[in-house]
Order: sequence, then structure tokens, then C-alpha cells
Amino acid sequence: MDPGLRSEIASLTVEHLELVLVAMLIAAAVSIPAGILLTRRAGLQRWVLSFANVLQTIPSLALFGFLIPVPLIGGIGKRTAIVALVLYALLPILRNTLVGILGVDAAVRESAVAMGMTGRQVLWEVELPLAMRTILAGVRVATVATIGTATIAAAIGGGGLGVFIFRGISTVDTAQILAGAIPAAAIALAADEGLGWLERKLSPV
Amino acid sequence: MSAVVEFRGVDYSVTRAAILQDLHFTVEDGETLVLLGRSGSGKTTALKMVNRLLLPSAGEVLVEGKPTAAWDPIRLRRRIGYVIQETGLFPHFTVAENIGLVPRLEGWAAERIRARVDELLESAGLPPGEFRERYPRELSGGQRQRVGVARALAADPPVLLFDEPFGALDPVTRFELQRQFLVLRDSLHKTAIFVTHDVREALMLGTRLGLMHAGHIETLATPREFLRAEGQEARAFLASLDWNMESHGSGPAQ
Repeated sequence: MDPGLRSEIASLTVEHLELVLVAMLIAAAVSIPAGILLTRRAGLQRWVLSFANVLQTIPSLALFGFLIPVPLIGGIGKRTAIVALVLYALLPILRNTLVGILGVDAAVRESAVAMGMTGRQVLWEVELPLAMRTILAGVRVATVATIGTATIAAAIGGGGLGVFIFRGISTVDTAQILAGAIPAAAIALAADEGLGWLERKLSPV
Repeated sequence: MSAVVEFRGVDYSVTRAAILQDLHFTVEDGETLVLLGRSGSGKTTALKMVNRLLLPSAGEVLVEGKPTAAWDPIRLRRRIGYVIQETGLFPHFTVAENIGLVPRLEGWAAERIRARVDELLESAGLPPGEFRERYPRELSGGQRQRVGVARALAADPPVLLFDEPFGALDPVTRFELQRQFLVLRDSLHKTAIFVTHDVREALMLGTRLGLMHAGHIETLATPREFLRAEGQEARAFLASLDWNMESHGSGPAQ
């Protein structure tokens, strides 16, 4: 392989990983607490989930495009790409946090309360540990999807492995497309495996 | 004797459907009051008012002379042991962690918790060496229920609540646990409220029986008096005891 191409693959892979990592950290930091809050606000659940659902239905290329003219978060480049990736990753994590916590056996929750645990203790010692596996499954699904979607970041100057793919499409060069697609697929598989392992490892039951 | 728990004209309704209506009764220090009734008679609802899982829509429930609404719910609940049918054991906690939960919340030293857990396991007939580190899924239904009772007793609360704790067990295991309950009842002298729909269990375990029907108590009596009770619902429950092989059995003709 041409050493120039090799180093470009390496640098774009790192850039791609950065996009995904930053987006996932933000998405998790927003949607896990939001999911917890929603378990306490039954009336809001439908509204928030519908909103997150609508975000998911926007075609990803269009979402990246819509964000360009938005002030503060918009424009050309990484920041806009990360915002778009975060918006996509919200729903799976939010939904799984909600489902995981609401899925905790009612008898277990009731006896936790009845034994005089505070709300905080019920959350940290009972609900979150028992919901952990489901929440992590949401993070895994969101991460794998984000790794694929992040290739579109290149369309708005966000960099990453999508650079190869868009270049390959415009020059009708399959090798270039593969140079982007193969590492992206490999990252996705590795993330799926790694997070799947973590899920089993951290699952308390 | 003094009332440890007192219901004063308690109403409870959910979206206009009345579940409890003008409920009055007291539970004296050291007695075991069994609330007997059919499904939907309000007995579990009444029980949940004692540890403030529910608050009355009207009237008040007094625990040690103070309305539950005036208690700090956390303090109140740590003074009341609670055992339910599905046990509610934490699946991610070992048996020892489950039993030691309230002592830990109360800030006991680790060594004291450990000693207490072993003592309770011992008296529940579960050898600590064998059971301490097990998870609830590794226990039989009867063993889980014993751990549930041990957990409720852990911090030595003055009041105990039981919500059909033995309802899901096979009859042999149930009888074993009922006998063990009697031993506990007569040795610990705790104030207890025990909810069941099983009239036999009610007569066996209660020092008094409160028969609930449509959200209030129809008959309140000792087990002996209950056998002669005249109330319609009481007669219906007693009739379910009457069946025997001699009069209805399909044994060989004499």
C-alpha cells in the first residue's frame, strides 16, 4: 500500500474516532440523566420520546445540511458534525435508560422504598445497577450507528473516514471508497464487541 | 397495653373509587393482627398506609401515637419491617447484603452487621457458611421467603408488616414457615400486621383477626371468637373450612 495512503487512513481514522467519541460522551451525558428524570415525570415521557423519534427520522445527510445555517452550533466543520451525531445518538440511549429503569421489578422497588431507602439510594443502589445492562445496550446501539453516520461528517467539512468515501464517489474510485468504508466497518465491529463485553461484565445479575 | 398502630376513620380512594371507607382499628403492643379478606377488600392498601407507602385520603393512621403524615417517611420505614409475597429481595445483592441492608443504612459497623446477619440466618435455619454469599436466584421459594423475613427483622424494628408472605409457596413449605412464624411471634413479641386471604392461616397466626370487606372491617375478633362470628362475610370464609372427606369425599362406599 502507498505510504501516503496508509498515513492518511491512519489520520482520518483517528479523526473519525474523535468525532464518535466526543459525540457519544455528550449524548450519554445528556440522555442518561434525561432518561432518569423522565422515569419520574410520566407526563413528559411521550413528548420527549416523540421529539427524539422525529430527530431520528430526519435523513442524516439532510440533518447535517440543516445545521449549517444555525447560529452558534452550526457552520462548516467538526462542531456541526458533532451536534448532528449527538442528536442521532440521543434516542437509543434515552429510550433504553427509560425502559431499563421502568423495567426494574416493582416488588424490588417497593421493598427498597419500604425499607427506608432515600430516593437517591433507590436510584444508585437499586435502579441503576439493575438497569445497567439495558442502558449499556442503548449506548452500544447508538455507538455503532454513530460510527456509520460519522462518515457523513465529511460532507460538511467535519473530516473523518467519510473524506475517502466522498472523494471516491466523486472520482469514481472504488479503492478510495473502500479505504474509508473498511476501517469504518472495522471500528463498528470492534465497538460492538467491546461494548457488548462491557455490558456482560457490568451486568450485576 | 397501648396502641402501636391506630387507624382513625381512614378513607382511601383512587379516581373516585373508594378502596377504604371509614376504617377504624388499633393494633396493640406485641399482638399480631391478621387482616383477612378477599382480593380487592382493601387489606393490602391498609397495610401500605402503616409504613406510608400510601397516605389516607381522609382520616389518619397513627404509628406510636404520631400520624404517618407527620413522620419523616425514612425514619418511619426503618422502624417497620416489611415482608411481601414476591419477597422483593434485591437480585444483585447476596443474601448477606440483602439481610444487612437496613443495618447498613442505619450506619452499623461492618462487624456488627455480619454478626447480626449470621444470627438471623442461623435462626431461619439457613447455615450462614452455605447461604451468606448466595444470590436470591440461587434459593428455593421457601428459602427466599426466610431471607425476606430475616431482612425485615435485621434492624430489630418494633413493628412488622406481612403482605401474604407465604401465598406463593407449596402447602408443605408454607406450613413449615407458618410454624416458624408462630415461634417468632411468641418469642419476639413484636407488633405485627399480617395480611392474608387464607382463613386457615389467619386462625393459625393471628392473636386477633380483622375481617375486611369492601374497604372496612366487618368482624374484629380473636381466632376463637371468629369461629362463632355471625357476619355474612365471616360465615362465607368459615364455610370454606367446612369441607371434609367424610361428608363429600369420593372414598369407597361403606
